[in-house]
Amino acid sequence: MDIAETRALRADARRRWTLAMPAVTIITLFSILPLLVVVVYSFLTPGDYGNVKWIWSTEGWFQVLFQRDIFDDTVTLSDAHLTILGRSVTLSLITTLITLFLGVPTAWFIATRPARQRAFWLFLITIPFWTNLLVRTIAVQEMIRSEGLINRLLLWLGAIDAPIQMMYTNFAILVGMAYVFLPLMVLPVYAAIERFDFRLAEAGYDLYASRLYCLRKVVLPQVKAGIIAGSILVFVPSLGAYVTPRIMGGGKSMMLGNLIEMQFGQGRNWPLGAALSLALTALVLVALVWYTRLTTGERRHG
Amino acid sequence: MDKRAFNIRHLPGATALAITCFVILYIPMVILIVNSLNAGKSISVWEGISLRWYGTALQNEGFLNAATTSLILASTAALVATVTATMAALATTRTKSFRGEGTINLVLNQPLMVPEIVLAIALLIILAQVKQITGYNGLGWLIIAHSAFCIPFAYMPIRARLQGMDLTLETAAADLYASRFYTFRKVTLPLLAPAVLAGFMLAFVVSLDDVVMSEFLKSPGQDTLPTYLLGQLKRNLTSEIYAISSLLLLISVLIVAGSWALTRKKT
Repeated sequence: MDIAETRALRADARRRWTLAMPAVTIITLFSILPLLVVVVYSFLTPGDYGNVKWIWSTEGWFQVLFQRDIFDDTVTLSDAHLTILGRSVTLSLITTLITLFLGVPTAWFIATRPARQRAFWLFLITIPFWTNLLVRTIAVQEMIRSEGLINRLLLWLGAIDAPIQMMYTNFAILVGMAYVFLPLMVLPVYAAIERFDFRLAEAGYDLYASRLYCLRKVVLPQVKAGIIAGSILVFVPSLGAYVTPRIMGGGKSMMLGNLIEMQFGQGRNWPLGAALSLALTALVLVALVWYTRLTTGERRHG
Repeated sequence: MDKRAFNIRHLPGATALAITCFVILYIPMVILIVNSLNAGKSISVWEGISLRWYGTALQNEGFLNAATTSLILASTAALVATVTATMAALATTRTKSFRGEGTINLVLNQPLMVPEIVLAIALLIILAQVKQITGYNGLGWLIIAHSAFCIPFAYMPIRARLQGMDLTLETAAADLYASRFYTFRKVTLPLLAPAVLAGFMLAFVVSLDDVVMSEFLKSPGQDTLPTYLLGQLKRNLTSEIYAISSLLLLISVLIVAGSWALTRKKT
């Protein structure tokens, strides 16, 4: 490579950096920098009325999982935090399973329709996908609240004598999240099945494979990436969900997102809130890294 | 071709589950709309159909202000996000990889990798102080915060389109002594337009949908439609809430239908 060429390449790289600069600057200032401030705050001392004192401390991180007795300084696991952490992970996993159970057959159904009908069914999935999350949470709340449709129906049928209290429970959060995130599962799985060449399955059948064997050994490996993508797309926002658990769980059933908010409000322990935020981010990143590993590993085999 | 009993496309149970899924998705939304049409005062007693609550909502100043704020916020943020994302996408595609290309991609996707509540809290910590120092409390903060998390959504479709684009036409234009900017304006941009529009719409809806970021970062009295709705929910459920929700639902349906009509025309 001669000098002129190197110089041209450098000029090109500089031009490209300049073009990307506005977007990079906005995200750096309004998304990355704030996150770094959170990292700093997680190592400070809580102020008396919220905010922080600039004194180094690892207490915030310590309190994510442990608590210290105020009288004798004995250290125990923090039950409240562990319950919420456990609830967040469990509810997110169950939400993923529910959406898998309903979403995968739906994606299969849409992908196996004749091309013209397919557009119509896809359209039906896209509408809830694009509808405001808060609006959909209000809609599902209307179904399960004490005077809601389900209770009224059950009362009318005589199946129950008094309305069942479903709101403000783990069950309510679960129903809400599964409802809200269901379209996120259907679309990527659909995209994967749609790409699948059904002649492969027929070839499998010609070689005397049973239907189940065909599904497992021919179809599944091809659509696996879509199923994993859908699961990540549901699991990650579930884990960090704030609005749906706030409305469906009330103050009674909290998830990590609500616990974090509380530290900056009534709880007023900013360093703990900062540490909890980073713990949540770490959980999400683990899921994302696991996903990238899985899909790139897949590609290497294929 | 011989017809065989075997048809893997048809799986027992899949259709039933799919129909169940559609029913589950749509019943709550239909019920929401039905409730918004209730003429009665109580949400639990049906007193016939009327558009009364839509009228109430449209005369409600709080709602109208929130709607205006949402519209200004979403369109400005989407515009900023789309313009900057288009520039960034032009920078990172159609080239041999250059120093820092990976970094740019990582930075531009960063907002997708962090839970929204964490970003909102993080920004709240900084903005609370910046607002105090600068004394500026306007919509600008929300606009730029929304732009930041909308950029990845605009970036994705535009970049995908650029990656699949043929360079021949641009090379031809350059061979005919078109300036770089002229080529961009007359060749690249028209080819890119559908993706830019798609990116803009995605960013617009993402901003319009946002609850968490706006709820944490808004200055007092500065409500968007979702935060206004969230505030109303703290009190009792009313038919007016259902009417406002139904209006938002209607907007989504219109946007989806519009974008489908746009893509249909081309194919």
